Amino acid sequence: MTGLLVAFLVSTIAAATPLLLAAIGELVVERVGVLNLGVEGMMLAGAIAAFATANETGITSLGVVAALVAGIALALLFAVVSLTLQANQTATGLALTIFGRGFSALVGAGYVGIPAPTLPKIHIPLLSDIPVLGPVLFGHDILVYLSFVILAVVAWAIRSTHLGLILRAVGDSHDAAHALGYAVVPIRYAAVAFGGALAGLAGAYMSLAYTPLWAQDMTAGRGWVAVALVTFSAWRPFWLLIGAWFFGALMYLSLYVQALGVPVPSALLSALPYIGTVVVLVLISRDARRIMLYRPAMLGRPFLARG
Amino acid sequence: MLKIEARGYESKFWRYASPILALLLTGATSGLIFVAMGRPAGLTVYTFLIAPLLQQDGFQALVVKAAPLIMMGVGLSLAYRANVWNIGTDGQFTLGAICGGGVALAFPDAPAWALFPTMLVVGTLGGMASGGLVAWLRIRFNANEILTSLMFAYITQYLLVYLVTGPWRDPEGFGFPQTALFSDNALAPRLIEDSNVHIGVVLAPLIAIGLWFMLEKTLLGYQFRVLGQATRAARFAGFSENRLVWIAMLISGGLAGMAGLLEATGTLGQLTTTLSPGYGFTAIIVAFLGRLNPLGVIPAGLLLALTYLGGDAAQINLGLPNAVTGIFQGILLFYLLGCDILLLNRFRWVSTQAKAVR
Amino acid sequence: MNDAVNDAVKAGPLLTMTGMTKQYPGCLANDRVSLTVERNQIHALLGENGAGKSTLVKTIYGVVKPDAGEIIWEGQKVSIQNPGHAQRLGIGMVFQHFSLFEALTVTENIALGLGSAEERVGLRDRIIRISNEYGLPLDPDRVVHDLSVGERQRIEIVRCLLQNPKLLIMDEPTSVLTPSEVQKLFVTLRRLAAEGCSILYISHKLEEVRALCSAATIMRLGKNVGQCVPAEKTVKELAEIMINMTLHAPTPRPLTASVKPPRLVLDRLTIRSPHHFGTDLKDISLSLAGGEILGVAGIAGNGQSELMDALSGEVAAGKPESILIDGVAAGHMGPHERRRIHGCFVPEERNGHGAVTTMTLAENAFLSGFVRQALVRFGVINTRKTSAFAENIIKRFDVRTTGPKAEARSLSGGNLQKFLVGREVLQDPAVLVINQPTWGVDAGAALAIHEAIMALAEAGAAVMIISQDLDEIFVLADRIAVIAGGRISAPVLKRDATVESIGRLMGGTTATAAAPGEMALA
Repeated sequence: MTGLLVAFLVSTIAAATPLLLAAIGELVVERVGVLNLGVEGMMLAGAIAAFATANETGITSLGVVAALVAGIALALLFAVVSLTLQANQTATGLALTIFGRGFSALVGAGYVGIPAPTLPKIHIPLLSDIPVLGPVLFGHDILVYLSFVILAVVAWAIRSTHLGLILRAVGDSHDAAHALGYAVVPIRYAAVAFGGALAGLAGAYMSLAYTPLWAQDMTAGRGWVAVALVTFSAWRPFWLLIGAWFFGALMYLSLYVQALGVPVPSALLSALPYIGTVVVLVLISRDARRIMLYRPAMLGRPFLARG
Repeated sequence: MLKIEARGYESKFWRYASPILALLLTGATSGLIFVAMGRPAGLTVYTFLIAPLLQQDGFQALVVKAAPLIMMGVGLSLAYRANVWNIGTDGQFTLGAICGGGVALAFPDAPAWALFPTMLVVGTLGGMASGGLVAWLRIRFNANEILTSLMFAYITQYLLVYLVTGPWRDPEGFGFPQTALFSDNALAPRLIEDSNVHIGVVLAPLIAIGLWFMLEKTLLGYQFRVLGQATRAARFAGFSENRLVWIAMLISGGLAGMAGLLEATGTLGQLTTTLSPGYGFTAIIVAFLGRLNPLGVIPAGLLLALTYLGGDAAQINLGLPNAVTGIFQGILLFYLLGCDILLLNRFRWVSTQAKAVR
Repeated sequence: MNDAVNDAVKAGPLLTMTGMTKQYPGCLANDRVSLTVERNQIHALLGENGAGKSTLVKTIYGVVKPDAGEIIWEGQKVSIQNPGHAQRLGIGMVFQHFSLFEALTVTENIALGLGSAEERVGLRDRIIRISNEYGLPLDPDRVVHDLSVGERQRIEIVRCLLQNPKLLIMDEPTSVLTPSEVQKLFVTLRRLAAEGCSILYISHKLEEVRALCSAATIMRLGKNVGQCVPAEKTVKELAEIMINMTLHAPTPRPLTASVKPPRLVLDRLTIRSPHHFGTDLKDISLSLAGGEILGVAGIAGNGQSELMDALSGEVAAGKPESILIDGVAAGHMGPHERRRIHGCFVPEERNGHGAVTTMTLAENAFLSGFVRQALVRFGVINTRKTSAFAENIIKRFDVRTTGPKAEARSLSGGNLQKFLVGREVLQDPAVLVINQPTWGVDAGAALAIHEAIMALAEAGAAVMIISQDLDEIFVLADRIAVIAGGRISAPVLKRDATVESIGRLMGGTTATAAAPGEMALA
């Protein structure tokens, strides 16, 4: 029983990692006032880029780099169309998702069912051997720990640095920021690229560590859950962690429940994370005033420089 | 340096030329991708876009493939005009097929004149229920319809898998994940004997015309157009945003459900786990390619249907993976959105040496 | 500001601009304009909306690059690249529309406006010191959305002062202030000028300019049409130079002799604002008779939008009887139902609220007119009738445009406003409510709109005007009330009101709520 619980907790943290990484990226993007719905596409692109590169070269870190490049490239594509060419951000994000899915399916066609080198799990002598807490806290691979570090750094940067202040300002009023001389569009480009890098990283984690394989559409909607997570957290980084763990738990609940012998059809259990997303979204969105309090005022609004 | 300069008005020329430019750019880019994949560009584009039409019954295959896309695209063009972002039409499509298909499996021997119409109505209602739920969550709880409709699409897909591998699995189907074949009475009536050309092929354009008329000429359509362009003005006029969200979701959901039912009874003849080859996302592209105009959706649907046929042909004749259709569609949507800048702006070369202040 | 005595000894003007020209598509904003600002001077820049004042000062501040012209600053030729450059030269600007971030604190807002990291050292303390020193106290940790408009302006001013400017440009600074706040600002400005910071003061409030400024440059249609000393001219003379027309006093409104039944009654109207930072309406009671114009004065942000939304029906009132239109309880009616009982409304915002900019004039005429003008038959739009209605508005109100098929965004602000007012007036309303009738509108259109409003009242409608412009209120209204903090004062007859008494009410000092069911006085 304890063994099952430990396995469940370890899996939860692992399952939460891609959600957390992608959500941190999207949070930065949304704080600056841009709504990028193409997270799913960027994650898939990152996943296949990582897998293919790791497979061809045998080096997983090159795979991770490739994932970063792929994520950034796709994000910049989104930026050009929505920020410079002023297309509707919602539609452009969808285009990114569709493109990312198609691109990853195309490139990945030759990699289905093939193994690839995986990211190593960290084993800290002594600490990892503590019963229960050991594996749960100290037995993950490097990207898991990296996700926590990135979260902490981003949270600190947004709150306490001048760069973070500029970011928040642009998301609060891009017209005022522009009037004060801040280059709104380049700042947004940078934020979008950052979001793309993290989404790509999340994809790399999926294909190199989580399920070390490539399958078409393997993210199965996680990119969308990450977008939902940003709203759940009311754009506050710490709450992303809570949300990611919650959804990670939901994803593994099905296996856990089945292992306990509860007779629920597996297909319906697989739907649990998505049902959970809807439920939490509804609960959070109910209080419109509270959401408006934290929501970056410029979110999704096109910036038209005047003068 | 290339600068973007506002025109101050909408260019009528580019309103129609922009999608065409997007198509040309997509063709060129796809050609480059094919070359990168080691295939001759010209031949591949030909295989993709021309060859399917020249095949025997090619035109029939085209209109059959286009029917659900047009039907769903029309519903989306209405919803998007009102800024109601229904993204989960795949789920509404599937639910329509499930509901109508359930009726077919339950009453295989009912007379044809009663069975099929009932299935059509039930399928449409199924799609409407799914869409209506999204509308209700948005209106009552402020829940973003993009996320909810998409989540429902995933959930409905799992429901389909459960039904088709569990209670509804064909006992004589050798364990394959599919239901029994529908009885002949349950199939969609054909327009041409012994072909796949079912009534959906005629229903889709008729619905498109009807919805176009509603959107452009009636008070209700006017309400949709105003809501999408200026929410406050819509409120000023006394138009109820909630009511319009309901109608948009019910119509787009219902049409998707109808399309799903027709696909299940017209083309497939049963329910399987791969009911929708991504029609939901393709319908989004169809709506944008048609400039969110129900009439424009008709040629847009035909064109994107062609890319599906082309993808199949390319797979068979050129050994290209089927996924190439997906990337073509994604590129097309990007270009569509990008080229639209020309409606309100023009590009100008500006010398980097700004005029000095003297 | 510290070396003021030394500066005063230096010879030569602070700023000289000659031949400034700037062309925008379809509009020559500045046509060889020249301007000279002396040291220690408060210099007014006068002109109508669209005269080119904003463009000219944006050139000084580096926001706009001129096509031609020369700027000499402190005796040196300069080419000002951007606001940062202007600030380093010693030029500060307080815009009419503030560049503030609602969700951030005062300190954070100011930090964002400063150029370099060194300036941010010890910022919080410097804000406290400078703001108190100049009579503009600020709490550095408060979040902007909690602040009043006057306090927000202080942030903008303090941000400039922290950079030791030699020239402070102010664009319409008093349009958002109560009369007593205006006086406090003048004290600060006079002190700044005396200490060596000249002020370039853009305003159309001629009385204020005469009181504050020692020199004035007047612009019209992009050109500099004259300089003068404002105190030496009357308001009428200044206005006439600005618009190049001889002004006639507006025809006085005849006093109605009989007591008429009220056509619009508000009875203890109380509404909680749906916006997070909005103003709640508290216990509003008013009564308007046919033929009467009621002017509701007030600074922006005191509940005007909420009042407008409540009257037009966009927001439902608590009880249906809180709002009576011609005796009918309308509180729960939506806008098109209120139109059916002859209520018409012109909101503050033309773009996106009163009109859909991307639609044609015919379609915009349909927006509010389809109910009363019977433009719909069996659910289908009657395009011929709609077009005719729009055509009628265009003709009767002299809207300069190509026709009903023109897109609303192709019209100038004044013409669009004429169209929107005309659209409502032609529907023959019993009650007309207009929020900011002539905001951002040129003088000719404003005059036409005022005449249309007075004619409508003549014909027996009850008209309510909500306006920040006291001049406009005093021209049009029979009775005047003030909205402040979501409450309305008891209306007073115009002959019993003065700018001072109204100003005090706007500042919120003697705001007494009107008694419910107060009858209109003849």
